[in-house]
Order: sequence, then structure tokens, then C-alpha cells
Amino acid sequence: MKINCALIGSGNIGTDLMVKALRSPWLNPVWMIGVDPDSDGLAKARAAGLKATHDGLEAALPHFKADGIQIAFDATSAYAHAENSRKVLAQGVFMIDLTPAAIGPFCVPPVNLEQHMQSQTANVNMVSCGGQATIPIVHAVARVQAVAYAEIVATVASKSAGPGTRKNIDEFTRTTARGIERVGGAKKGKAIIILNPAEPPLLMRDTVHCLTEDTPDEAKITASIKAMVAEVQRYVPGYKLKQNPVFDGKRVSVFLEVAGLGDYLPKYAGNLDIMTAAALRTGEMLAQRLGNGSLSFPQMRTEAA
Amino acid sequence: MMVKSMQVKIHDMCLRDGMHPKQHRITLEQMHSIATGLDDAGVDYIEVTHGDGLGGASINYGFSAFSDEQYLRHVIPALKQTKVSVLLIPGIGTADDLQMAYECGIHTVRVATLCTEADVSEQHIKRARTLGLDTVGFLMMAHMIEADALAVQGKQMEDYGANCIYCTDSAGYMLPADVTARIAALRRVLKPETEIGFHGHHNLALGVTNSIAAVEAGANRIDGSAAGLGAGAGNTPVEAFVAVCKRMGISTNVDLYKIMDVAEERVLPIMDQQIRLDRDSLLIGYTGVYSTFLLFAQRAAARYGVSSRDILAEMGRRRTVGGQEDLIEEVAMELQQQQAARKVANA
Repeated sequence: MKINCALIGSGNIGTDLMVKALRSPWLNPVWMIGVDPDSDGLAKARAAGLKATHDGLEAALPHFKADGIQIAFDATSAYAHAENSRKVLAQGVFMIDLTPAAIGPFCVPPVNLEQHMQSQTANVNMVSCGGQATIPIVHAVARVQAVAYAEIVATVASKSAGPGTRKNIDEFTRTTARGIERVGGAKKGKAIIILNPAEPPLLMRDTVHCLTEDTPDEAKITASIKAMVAEVQRYVPGYKLKQNPVFDGKRVSVFLEVAGLGDYLPKYAGNLDIMTAAALRTGEMLAQRLGNGSLSFPQMRTEAA
Repeated sequence: MMVKSMQVKIHDMCLRDGMHPKQHRITLEQMHSIATGLDDAGVDYIEVTHGDGLGGASINYGFSAFSDEQYLRHVIPALKQTKVSVLLIPGIGTADDLQMAYECGIHTVRVATLCTEADVSEQHIKRARTLGLDTVGFLMMAHMIEADALAVQGKQMEDYGANCIYCTDSAGYMLPADVTARIAALRRVLKPETEIGFHGHHNLALGVTNSIAAVEAGANRIDGSAAGLGAGAGNTPVEAFVAVCKRMGISTNVDLYKIMDVAEERVLPIMDQQIRLDRDSLLIGYTGVYSTFLLFAQRAAARYGVSSRDILAEMGRRRTVGGQEDLIEEVAMELQQQQAARKVANA
């Protein structure tokens, strides 16, 4: 049984997510909600048979109950998310947040999705594109031995960095650094993002540097990283290790490349694809559990979320 | 333009760009000695931070000997007239770092982006203006785009609130005519009260020549560095630039003999290696690669047994930009693997 879901935000991310959700064996995208009547995403949604509105969440919300919506994805902006989340949760609908708002806890599927399922978290946040690409690797090192410091460098094609990212690039660095600590398990985290305008656009590259507290166990860490890469590849097939991990004293460096699936966004935008793929995976996990009755919407306190 | 009527402000880079060849390990005492020397010589501005700006201390770029805050708190109170600037590269440093630097008493912030990405500076330029700082938009690797395109990016930074726009030749790739075209294009689109600056590297031995071209085209802030201490073959040697200005009748506030002495007695002795136009730096200038890659390429070459020039050329071929130091080790590994594969094929 597929679970009905709504997509809020009809921009690049929301539309790419819709293309993926339409293929999903567990999710049935019913609504695409935007604010721009000329949005290409809304046109595509209508063509695919979704209900679509350019009048915002307010216009679709009254239909959620009748349409059996149980999961909503928010791909709008951090500013809009707080209000969207409040309204959606009040309907007893799970919220997966792809904005940098991070009202709910961070979710990096191969690291802590299971944990969020256990705790019936109603609103989870997908951190950032760089976070989705690198936090699994930090965790792969930290689950072997203590990581005193982890730092990631994400290089993305200029064309794949939208106006939201550009206007508030500090949000990327701060949120990703927090994710490296809270989900990755490093004592201290740092994130750096570089935009490269080369044509044709380059694939997303990520470097993860970790400083372990004691001398790194090369064999165990390498095996852990390779297992993690395979785990991520289950939902992002274009995620790959460029070289074997480098060990230099207590430094462990991992070089990654992320090619997208090229659904709505071009293949080079692996940074955006890994966000939509991670959000989809989170949604599918929720849907499976909702479908088999092992998960239900949590009893909310009066101040939801 | 009649250069004789021009008054040029000198911005010394020793204690920021000079951090690159020093691997960010300049001591507080060395900072104090050089900063007070530059102050006494009449230098208008000095930049003090990690080589990659506020928040640059990292595995990727190198950890500095002291924090940006420690350097700023040590240097700023020691100065009589010279103003202190910081570099802030969005994506590396944040507005929180800027707040810290502001509380330390900086006068200027230079918000730096790749020349095509001015719109990532909006948040930081606006914050800087709110704080009342002298706010500079610093367009790096400015050789990568044509003059008119650069002017569009500079105009954007001006719209956000920058009161000075820099054409930054991070690779030391520009020829004098390239500088003239870019500064003139900026001058055409920017408000008359907006200042224009030029930051050169000496990788083609054109630091002074290009800086003069910039002044002739309307720039009035010029970056240089005493004894040239900076990335690649160094920045424009400021003492030579001042001497040329004197010969040409361009006014500066710098005392030539005093700046010569700072270069010789305070900067030269702290160098780990002579800053000169070696073959790697020349290749950087010739191919248009980010000057800071120099030492990273040399270290990776030594570790993986490949040629530093091959690494730098490959970095150029991949159209890399400032900040992509992390790719250097990966490129070195790839070159090593190709080298090994060739050996097997030839055996």
C-alpha cells in the first residue's frame, strides 16, 4: 500500500523529488504546492496527474484529510518552513524538511534514520547537501574510533547553487558543521563550501578530513568507510570514493564524488540529488512503517514540533 | 589619466597573503615587529588573518600558529596610524567571525568571492556596512572573466554596500592590458565615490607594472607586500612599487627608505624559503592557477613522487578555483597511479 504525500515547494528540489517519488513503490505523491503560477514544477506536477496549486500551503491544507496525506516534504525556504511545519504537524502529518530551518533533529539516513523511526520523530531535517554527502563518512570513522575534529570541503558547480544558498551561505557552513558533530559524531566540526563556475559544470566533490584522537586503525576505518559508501549508494548510485582513504599521522582524508541521477536536475548537481534522494529514502522508510502499522503519528504536545 | 594628480593608498599583505608561504605559522612577535614597522613607514592598511581569511584555520588550508582573534588583539593596539583589515571568504568564514574581528577593532573588511560569484557576498557586505566598516568587495581570479563581466559583478557588490571594489589577480596571470581593461570597466559602471583596488601576484614578474597600469586606469588602492611575502612568487613588492610611484610622481603616504628597511630587516629574516619566481610559480602565472596552490603542490609532489608542475598544470586544466586545495592530493595520487601504469606498460 502506498502512502500519500504532499510536496511543498515547486522549485528545482521539489520537482526533482517529485520525479523520484513518482517511481517509488511506497510513496504516492498527491499534491504539489507552489506559489508561482508560472512554475515549471507545477506544470510538470499537473502533467503527472498530481493536484497542484500556486496559492501556497493554505490552499491545499483543507484537502489533506480527504486526500489521506500522511507525509509532507518541505522544499521551500528556512523562513517559510516554521509556519509550514506548524500547519502540517497540526494535521497529524509527518514533515520532512529539506530547508536549512532545522526545527527538527537532523536526519542522515544511513546514520540515524532508524533511530528517528524508533522515536517517532514528527519533523526531521535533512541538514544540507554537503552534510548528506559527508556526514556518513565522518560517522564511518567515528564508529571505529573517537574523532576529535572533522572537516568537510564541498565543491559544487556554480549552476547548482541556487539563490537561497547564495543569499545565506553561512547557513550552509553552520548547519553542516553542527551536523558533523551531532550526527557524524566528531567532537568538533567544520564545513567549507566552494563554488566552481567551470563549463561544462563539474560533478559535486567532497573531501572529508578527520583527526582521530589516537592513531587511526587503517584497516578497520577503510572497511567501515567502504561499507558506508555502499550503504549510501543504495539510494545515490552516483556516490563514489575517488581514492582509497589517505592516512597521515592522525589525519584520515576521504575523497568523494557525487553524480546525480539526472531526474529533473542535471547529473552534475549531485549535491541537490543527494538531498532529494535522502529525503525520499526517509519518506519511504516512514511510508513502509506507516503501511505495516509499525509506526503512527506521535501524540503531540500542545506546542507542536 | 594624469597619474601625477593621483594619491594611492597602500595595503600591505605580509601578514595575510604572507601567511601562505609561512604556512600560517607567523608568531605574535613577528606580527608585532612587521606591523609596527609598516605603521612607522606610513603604510595605509595592513591585512591580518589566516592566509585564507577569517576562519581559514583548517586541515585543508593549514592551522595557524595563533587564532585570528589572537593576532588581531596583538596587532591592532600596537598601531599608531595604520588601519587593519581582515579578509573574509564566504563559504570559509562566517558573519560570526566578522563580528569577532569587529570587536577586535578592525577598520576594514574585504569580502572575497570568486570573480563570478559576487552574489554570495551579500550577507557579509550588508553586515559589514551595518557595523560601519570600510567594506571592500574583493573579486578573486579576476582573469577568468572579461572586463565587462567583471564590472557587472563589482556593481553587484557595490549595490550590497561595498565602498571599494578590487580586481584581484590571484593567479598573477594578467598582462598590463588585462588590468587596464578591467579597472577601466569597473570605473565606468561604479559610482564615482566608490574606490577601486588592484591586488597583484608577481608570478610573471608583472606585479609593479600591473599595479601602475591599475593606477593609470583609475585604481587608488594598491596591494603589495614588503619583500613580496605572499603566495606564489609573492605579491607586488611594495617597496619597489613605492619607488616607482615616486619616480612617476604618484603620491603615496609611504616613506621609501623606511619600507625598504622593513622589507630587509623585518620581513626577509622570517622567510622559510626565498620568495622568488621559481619554475612552479612561473607555471602558476603562465597557466592562471591560484597562487596559494604552490606549497600544497610541492608537498604533494614530494609525498607521491610526482612533478609539482604536472600537478599545477592539471589543476589548471580542471579549471579549479581558490579554495580547492583538497583536490591537489587527489590529483597527485592520480598522477602517481598513471605513472605506475605507464611503468608497467613499458616494462
